[in-house]
Amino acid sequence: MIWLTWRQFRGSAAMTAAVLLVLGIALAVTGPGLASRYAAGIADCTPNDTCTDFFDRFFGEYQIPFLALTLVVLILPALAGLFWGAPLVTRELEAGTHLLVWNQSITRARWLAVKLGLIGLVAMASAGVCALAVTWWSDPLDKSAVPEMARMAPVVFGARGITPMGYAVFAFVLGVTLGVLVRRTLPAMAVTLVAFAAIQLAMPLLVRPYLMPPVTSTFELGRTNVEGMVPQDRQGGAMQVFLSTSAVPGHAGAWVLSSDLVDPSGRVVGGDRASGPSSTIARSVPVSTTSGPCAPRAGLGTDACTAEINRLGYRQQATYQPLERFWTFQGIETGTYALLTLALTWLCFRRIRTGLS
Amino acid sequence: MTSVLQAQALGKKYGSRWALRECTIDIPAGHIVGLVGPNGAGKSTLLKLAGGQLEPTAGGISVLGGRPGSTPAQLAKVGFVAQDTPVYASLTVAEHLRLGARLNPRWDGAMARERIARLGLVPAHRAGKLSGGQRAQLTLTLGLAKRPDLLILDEPAAALDPLARHEFLQHLMEAAAERKLSVVLSSHLVSDLERVCDYLVVLVDSRVQIAGRTDHLLATHYRLTGPRRDPGRLPAGQYVVSARHTDRQSTFVVRAGDPMHDPAWTVSRISLEDLVLAYMDRRTAEHRRVTQEVQG
Repeated sequence: MIWLTWRQFRGSAAMTAAVLLVLGIALAVTGPGLASRYAAGIADCTPNDTCTDFFDRFFGEYQIPFLALTLVVLILPALAGLFWGAPLVTRELEAGTHLLVWNQSITRARWLAVKLGLIGLVAMASAGVCALAVTWWSDPLDKSAVPEMARMAPVVFGARGITPMGYAVFAFVLGVTLGVLVRRTLPAMAVTLVAFAAIQLAMPLLVRPYLMPPVTSTFELGRTNVEGMVPQDRQGGAMQVFLSTSAVPGHAGAWVLSSDLVDPSGRVVGGDRASGPSSTIARSVPVSTTSGPCAPRAGLGTDACTAEINRLGYRQQATYQPLERFWTFQGIETGTYALLTLALTWLCFRRIRTGLS
Repeated sequence: MTSVLQAQALGKKYGSRWALRECTIDIPAGHIVGLVGPNGAGKSTLLKLAGGQLEPTAGGISVLGGRPGSTPAQLAKVGFVAQDTPVYASLTVAEHLRLGARLNPRWDGAMARERIARLGLVPAHRAGKLSGGQRAQLTLTLGLAKRPDLLILDEPAAALDPLARHEFLQHLMEAAAERKLSVVLSSHLVSDLERVCDYLVVLVDSRVQIAGRTDHLLATHYRLTGPRRDPGRLPAGQYVVSARHTDRQSTFVVRAGDPMHDPAWTVSRISLEDLVLAYMDRRTAEHRRVTQEVQG
């Protein structure tokens, strides 16, 4: 049975291996250069405290390969579900060959067990190798990424570490299960794609934020969490503050779930008329803009005004998952997908024993 | 004598439609059994139930004393050649034999290779490029080399031209005689079955109409021709299979235990084909129901 599985699967396996090999070579060739550029940049910027600028430049330069690689790792599991999972049983049903192979001296359960086991392992290994290579290559970029593209950020998290292995084996078994239920290849592939995409969206939006209770805390305003400010109007009674929704001071790389401005009594400050930079919210703080540190004419700059707002007792209140939880989250999420995979496998075995002819 | 196939009140339902119902049958071992009936009568369903490809909705079935398809040992005892004789298009002929060798503990590799050579199949050819006849021969080889006690074939000759069909059935008969195996094959062509079968099961409208040895069936069925009259007025001990009437004449096909001695009737023997056609005739099926109601 292992021979037959391998014989039927070797074409796809060879193609996947070739693609992964090319990707691996490309990463191996460019990776060390990237790491040394990063190290040199850090050595340069640390003495004169301009590392924020270096990070922006460095990340900006490599943003396209960074995003492309992230995308590859995110898409790979879907391909396993679509092209390995969904057709696994439907192809046999459509060609009628299930009647040939299921009438040899081997039970369907055994047939399915070998197919799921072998191809599932290959799917897991491919995704694992690809994800770990990309994680290694992207390390300098992950360290210098803007908050929205940090390792804990929804898009990037799923393309790093061990979760892609969980996704890949889950997508594969999902494809097989839907194939067993739908029985035709193309519809099964379509349903697999839709279902897997929906699950991959639901996970970061609805489930991942609550894998562990998030931390809620208040922070003084500063360069990390204030993207800029402008006087609200000519009367000079308020300042429009653009508060970051993706960064908190002192916890670089944290995944910020919510962020808002609270006044000294702890109430949320209103005001959303002005539009500011992306990933910010505009909040109006009642402070004089005709005299004092926040008056443009005083010429003291933003830092003085920020300090004045801090003195008045305004704070950023944020709920977030710190970067230190990255591997814990990876473990929990991979485990969740493993459990889902087991449940689908059970369903698959049940259906194939009784439900197909 | 042991049974190859035993079914009690066996039924299979697809959705709300019964594909096979109230099938009670007991086929003894050592026969070449023909399962005949019009398309959609439930032949494939019965064979798939016997092969363990389907689970019964009602009743029970045992094949060679075991539940079909339940264990590797049971699977090893039953060979199954499916309708349209499916093969893996991308695998070569030799790889199909290898598949058989890998998946069957009782595999007879020498016989399979010898058979393939005798048929003129090239081992290195892809199975997808074979003609319908060659494909059927390849799947028959797989079924035989597995060394089953019972070989089931679902419309194996349906897609073949007359010459290939003749050859295929010839090979099947030789192999069955040589290896003393029981065979159940279905067809909607009586002429195919007439040549090879010594036991017949007629399936119409998802019910078994009659089953028995062909010689016994031929000995107990007659065609009666005489002046027009109602089937109800036929002598006792006769079961009307079909009835046709013209203005003056009635023709009945009846089943009777004893030979007929009624001077009012012209009694003649009936061919297997006519016998099967009599059972397959829909109009008579309705008529028979009426008759049974009258008698009951």
